Amino acid sequence: MSSVQRVSDFEKRREHLKDLSNEELKERFWLLAEEIMKPLYDLAHTHTSPSIERSVLLRMGFSSLEAVAIVSAAEKRGLLGKGAGHLVLRYAKETESAYLDAGRALANGEGWDSLKAVFGGEKA
Amino acid sequence: MKRLDPNQKMDIGELLKDLENYHPRRTGWTWRKEMPNQKMGPFTYKETSAPLDRSVPLPASKYFGWIDPQPANVITTEIASGRFEDDIRRMRMAAWHGADHMMVIRTAGQSHMDGLLEGTPEGVGGTPITRKQLRATRKALDLIEDEVGRPLNFHSYVSGVAGPEIAVMFAEEGVSGAHQDPQYNVLYRNVNMERSFVDAAVAKKVMACAGILQIDGAHNANATAKEGWKVMPELLVQHALNSAYSRMIGMPADHIALSSVPPTAPPAPAMTYDLPYAVAVRWLFSDYKIRAQQNTRYIESDSREATVTHTLNLVLSRLTSADVQSTITPDEGRNVPWHYNNVAAVDTAKQALLGMDGIMDMVEIKKDGPLPKAVRELAERAVLYLEEVKEMGYFRSVEEGMFVDSGLYPERNGDGIKRDPMGGVAVSSIVPRDKDYLAPVCHHFGYNNLPNDIDKPCSLVDGCTLCKPEKIVYIDELDPEDNVNRRYEPMAKELATGAIKPEVQWANDGYLTLTLFIAENERIAEYAALEMARKLGLEEPEVIHKGISHPAEGTLVEVKARLPFSIDKSTLKIPEKPKVMSEDEVREDIKANPMKVVCATVGEDEHSVGMREIIDIKHGGIEGFGVKATYLGTSVPIDKVVNAAIEEDADAILISTIISHADIHKKNMERLDRLCREMGVRDRFILIGGGTQVTDDLAVGAGLDAGFGRGTKGIHVASFLCKKRQELWKEGKGRLPSGSGR
Repeated sequence: MSSVQRVSDFEKRREHLKDLSNEELKERFWLLAEEIMKPLYDLAHTHTSPSIERSVLLRMGFSSLEAVAIVSAAEKRGLLGKGAGHLVLRYAKETESAYLDAGRALANGEGWDSLKAVFGGEKA
Repeated sequence: MKRLDPNQKMDIGELLKDLENYHPRRTGWTWRKEMPNQKMGPFTYKETSAPLDRSVPLPASKYFGWIDPQPANVITTEIASGRFEDDIRRMRMAAWHGADHMMVIRTAGQSHMDGLLEGTPEGVGGTPITRKQLRATRKALDLIEDEVGRPLNFHSYVSGVAGPEIAVMFAEEGVSGAHQDPQYNVLYRNVNMERSFVDAAVAKKVMACAGILQIDGAHNANATAKEGWKVMPELLVQHALNSAYSRMIGMPADHIALSSVPPTAPPAPAMTYDLPYAVAVRWLFSDYKIRAQQNTRYIESDSREATVTHTLNLVLSRLTSADVQSTITPDEGRNVPWHYNNVAAVDTAKQALLGMDGIMDMVEIKKDGPLPKAVRELAERAVLYLEEVKEMGYFRSVEEGMFVDSGLYPERNGDGIKRDPMGGVAVSSIVPRDKDYLAPVCHHFGYNNLPNDIDKPCSLVDGCTLCKPEKIVYIDELDPEDNVNRRYEPMAKELATGAIKPEVQWANDGYLTLTLFIAENERIAEYAALEMARKLGLEEPEVIHKGISHPAEGTLVEVKARLPFSIDKSTLKIPEKPKVMSEDEVREDIKANPMKVVCATVGEDEHSVGMREIIDIKHGGIEGFGVKATYLGTSVPIDKVVNAAIEEDADAILISTIISHADIHKKNMERLDRLCREMGVRDRFILIGGGTQVTDDLAVGAGLDAGFGRGTKGIHVASFLCKKRQELWKEGKGRLPSGSGR
């Protein structure tokens, strides 16, 4: 993609700003910043990532090594959109075990077939 | 762990014990306790904070009763030698000089590591951030803050592809401040855009819950762009985008600090650009905190030049404001910063801020003329910039190279940084959250299908680590070779033998610098300096700075090299410090036996300040202890001094000489001794030499009884006079006490 290149046309461009008061200019500055960020906010609100899911597992009391193992396995099976913590809780329920034990089993590669069967890949 | 003893080094071995059970005693950021109109010594300060219990004051404080006022601004020091066990010691030094924001730069490449590092591997150009490193450092800072008597903030980076995990770890481990700016990831680390912004939202929310102060990354545009000062409109835009995003996610404005950098440096007329920019930032971002960064864009190897640029940056901080005052070490342009340069940078900030304390009560930023016009223009350019980014959409604007272009917006030179929204590190790694997405933890940003009947999200797991820190899992080491124990144990053994080497960043690393002026052109001087270092027996000599004094007449060269040996501390012959009598003892002694001295500044020397301070009662001089002093003035010939002493029937002669060219001070002292011998009165008088270049060894070597140099007080001289007089009397010498019959 070609880069933007142009000489300064500041005087022409500023026509619509020159009569704004300083306060109005400041308000416009912030409004624009929020408008630019809104689509990114929405993207973040509805999406997750491996790091986000590992951060959930850390907060649940798993080690960083266990978090990596669980999230990689979930990613591979297309289950990250359920939430890694959700997968752990669900597997704990399935196996009637404490969630930390269930998570460690998942980190060891156990239980993924049953989780896959439970969730089956349904999307929002 | 027991409190630090100011006379003992920190015990790193002790520090590393029991880290698995360590938890921080507080979370979040701490500001200094401001003390408006604080009285210290003879002065009243407008903008200082509570004093420290222990500190090293500025050198000139000795003239002001050793006061060490602390500015109200938090002062940052950036420390990252690659070995946290050495960083900790430097933090202690910096804290004693007035730093309370310890910023640890991460090791190269950590931002591309998809996950947390564990253990204590050695870093390159920074320190690997791990849970163990954070705990050991925070534990050390607890001890250091108790030692200096002020809370210390600990800071590192929540950026890269593991941002959310690092933010959680920082919240758990009591990290007080962090850089977080998804634009930084995108522009400078080429992390995929979608991933950066999605991760940043979760990270920011966690940071907000822990009260962590966020610093953005906008200053990097200035440090990167070809013509740094032209990116001013973009700096405003980058600050605004990260701030707006952070606010939308729930971070309060008073925990968002803008990394605001003065965009240029002399020989540019820096204030013409820097002041309007500083005013514009503080006006547009009036709800936010200002972290006043110092300019790094134009730092070369000349540490003097860097210090002047930074002092100008500090003038801006005082003319506008700075909640957090950053410091950049004066050697930043030539190597990974060294211990004493962190201390120097902190002292520069403290010195300049104190020197300008209260300045805004006397001057003001003009409301008319070129300044407000320039501020308005910058704001308009920034608004136009935002309008164009909005029209394109953020991702496309980055794709088309709108950022870090060297043109003053709206001019575009087509040399901006371009990133592909469908490219970069960790591309295609975000996934949509399903309808039944669930994260059973607190402070989690975004859609979360939590049941309605729970008190808080982590009720589902009986508490998350942010509510129950005991659930945090601590990993000690993963690499049996690359860890602190392997580094520290041999070093501890070496230190225990009493071996001493000079050091700049790691314990006993052996590095030193030689400063040489060589009367040759630059090229010859450089190679001559290296050869001289080699002939001195130094290893790995490397020229780290050259300054031309004149193309033919000479060059200043600084050489870094390694000392190939160590000194055994136990073999050093260190003369005992002379015991000084107390003021009362001196007064008693002189009251019982009145003492007379004759004083003069000798030779062709018109300086009289030093001698006056030693004599005058108001400076704590010897007159204050009852000594009768006759001052003959300046440029007094030696024979006149001796004759006056005979005539006055004095106990002692004090001569002062400051100018030291051609060893004049030494020659004058020798002449005094010689003349007294020739006149047969040497045993009768106590002879003392003084001056900035004089040492006791030098004076005694020249035949006098004592020498006093820099930092001498009247009590030192008076105490010596009394003790020496007693000695002479025992030997039947000196001017005998009145009524003794001799």
